[in-house]
Amino acid sequence: MLQNNRERTPLMPKETAAQRPDKPVRAHALDISLLSRSDREPVAREQSECIAVTDLNLYYGEKQALKDVSLSIPEKHVTAFIGPSGCGKTTLLRCFNRMNDLIDNVRVEGEILLHGQNICDKRINVAELRRRVGMVFQKPNPFPKSVYENVAYGLRIQGIKNRRRLDKVVEQALKAAALWDEVKDRLNDSAMGLSGGQQQRLVIARAIAIEPEVLLLDEPASALDPASTLKIEELMYELKTNYTIVIVTHNMQQAARVSDFTAFLYLGELIEFDDTNTLFTNPKMKQTENYVTGRYG
Amino acid sequence: MREWIRSGSPWVWLNAGAVSVCLVMVLGLLLLIAVRGLGHFWPSNIVQLHHLEEDGSAERLIGEFVDHEKIPREGVAGLSESLPSKAHLIDRYLLKIGNRDLFGRDFRWIVGPSILNSEYPKHLTAVERHEWGNLYGYLIALKERGEVIHSDQPNWDVLQERLARKQGLFKEIRHLEKDVVGAINYRMERLRLKERGLELDGVLDRAAYRNIEVERTDLQGEYDQLTKRLADLYDAIGRDGAVFEIADGREVEIPISKIVRVYQPNRMDPLEKLRFYGVKLWEFVSDEPREANTEGGILPAIFGTALMVMIMSVFVTPFGVVAAVYLREYAKQGPLTRLIRIAVNNLAGVPSVVYGVFGLGFFVYVLGGSIDQLFFREALPGPTFGTPGLMWASLTLAILTVPVVIVATEEGLSRIPRAIREGSLALGATKAETLWRTVLPMTAPAMMTGLILAVARAAGEVAPLMLVGVVKLAPSLAMDGNFPYLHLDRKFMHLGFHIYDVGFQSPNVEAARPLVYATALLLVLLIIVLNLAAIHIRNRLREKYNAAE
Repeated sequence: MLQNNRERTPLMPKETAAQRPDKPVRAHALDISLLSRSDREPVAREQSECIAVTDLNLYYGEKQALKDVSLSIPEKHVTAFIGPSGCGKTTLLRCFNRMNDLIDNVRVEGEILLHGQNICDKRINVAELRRRVGMVFQKPNPFPKSVYENVAYGLRIQGIKNRRRLDKVVEQALKAAALWDEVKDRLNDSAMGLSGGQQQRLVIARAIAIEPEVLLLDEPASALDPASTLKIEELMYELKTNYTIVIVTHNMQQAARVSDFTAFLYLGELIEFDDTNTLFTNPKMKQTENYVTGRYG
Repeated sequence: MREWIRSGSPWVWLNAGAVSVCLVMVLGLLLLIAVRGLGHFWPSNIVQLHHLEEDGSAERLIGEFVDHEKIPREGVAGLSESLPSKAHLIDRYLLKIGNRDLFGRDFRWIVGPSILNSEYPKHLTAVERHEWGNLYGYLIALKERGEVIHSDQPNWDVLQERLARKQGLFKEIRHLEKDVVGAINYRMERLRLKERGLELDGVLDRAAYRNIEVERTDLQGEYDQLTKRLADLYDAIGRDGAVFEIADGREVEIPISKIVRVYQPNRMDPLEKLRFYGVKLWEFVSDEPREANTEGGILPAIFGTALMVMIMSVFVTPFGVVAAVYLREYAKQGPLTRLIRIAVNNLAGVPSVVYGVFGLGFFVYVLGGSIDQLFFREALPGPTFGTPGLMWASLTLAILTVPVVIVATEEGLSRIPRAIREGSLALGATKAETLWRTVLPMTAPAMMTGLILAVARAAGEVAPLMLVGVVKLAPSLAMDGNFPYLHLDRKFMHLGFHIYDVGFQSPNVEAARPLVYATALLLVLLIIVLNLAAIHIRNRLREKYNAAE
């Protein structure tokens, strides 16, 4: 199934978004018409809901990090969270696979439904949830194992030992992450020898090898050079046919380029959530407008 | 001057100086024990000298110079005024005269001026014996069953031939006595214990008793045959004798069966001496001790030390690692864990002999006693595990070194980046799976570091071992061909204790002193070898997980 990705959604031609020749390298005030994809398919209104957040409050000890956040993340689209540093984007993202459990003194109130199931419930199997909701972190974090073992890690955790099945899944995942051609001859070399961009795509391959329903990306390109960033962005465009993708980013151009929906958070509150075109070109809230036009943040 | 101080160079000089002093001390220490210890095996020339006694008569002495010092003239009592030298300081020599059975002592101090003349005759012979140390003298005749042999060949060659024959017989006797008879005795003992066990369980019926009797008769038959064979061998080995003229002119007959080797160092060229040196050195590391540990080799002590350290590693590594994982990964970090951590660190500072007392009181008497009650009832009142032994020594050292492993492992665990753990957890791994598949393998080098430190500490400990299992002379190694091959209940020898024993408990201090140095050198070498092995493993692990740090 993964193998068919390429045929169904051909890779974006390189000159489409990021490398449009007349695009200003660093637009201070964003001209959204330059950044949004001209060939973006109109956002389907009949999309189904993947994650529904209702009245989410999150406290680190006494400090409240998220305030009454409610939003609905549609299935098989890219949703971006933007906002200034410390606004709670990453915290919100980490709620979706309960990564915040690892931090002491975290208290969560409210409800997060993943396909109708409340994942904040104490009784939920967290390991199983994380298998369904994959995550890619800001800095590439491959394990000090071979490329092959990195990708096969999640499957081995599930107890799959069949070599032929592992081989197949590893190849598919690496192909889906557009890394296969670069590493197919050195699958048994240490993953630590790959470049930063390759490592990040390896980590994505590792996440999609276990076929999650949702893929959470926490500033996946912030530690990478522009060329690698572009590759990751293209990858996201491809992956959204199969996965619901939620991405946290500091980079508004990136949000505009890759996402279908964007949520703007500020000081732990969800200020505005809309489809990306609307949010960037015609924001309803003054704060959003200030932020996307670069007036603060 | 002030400029110079402000420039920081004095500080650099001070640091470099400290390092140099340390280096010089370590090298000096190694050099001292190496020279003192290894020099012992070199076949030095045998001197024959005439020496003026206090009563004015001359006496012939034969032996090796082993030491030399200058002392003030007044310190020498009864030094004859007629001595030619009037110097304030006079030389004094320590001469190893050997022949302890004949002279009563085998070392003598001689003042330089009293030596009338000295020479190194070619045919002076040193005889290394199984008992009583060396004998120095001239070979004058060989005997077979008491009759002097008249042969065309020189006596020396005949002696070498006969000695070679003796070595063959000796080897066979030793093999029969140690291995074969030892095995029979071992089986006899097990049979006795089996009988006693059946008796205690109340199931020793006639049939079982008959079976045991049959087996015992078989063993007894084997044993009788062996005794006959041994008697023959003893008869054969006792056939030859050699007659030597010793320093005071007496003729002494030594049975060849008592001779280890004979050599004439004054005739040897350097190459031959080197070969002899090699043989002696090899004997030292590969043979069993003789003569209350002052002669022969120290193989049992090397073996005992290495085996004990390895068994200790097997105990201490898993135990320390598991404890560290709990403290660092599972326990809630708070005042209690901090307290435990402090306690663990302080445990490393407890004097080691205290651990020995604990080992004796808890492991040997409580644990060992209970094991005997439960599993070795048939051997009671003779203890099996209820007495100091290899197992308890290893366990005692394991608790002695466990803090080191815990601290090192904790250190390693805390260095694993958070991102790696999160990466694993985000793939649906549980905490335990993350630990097993990612964190622990990456911590392996740190664990090895802990083990290296533990091994270095344990191999050098003596005090606690004296309480829990080390002996001066172990009758048999803890590992042999009898089931179950590894005998954890046996007592064993240890290099550190060997040094103490040879150096302080030996009846013949002068003879033992070089062995103290040689054994110390070997102990250092053994620890270096054990450490190098561990470091090698650690480096390979590091290579495997290099980028994690």
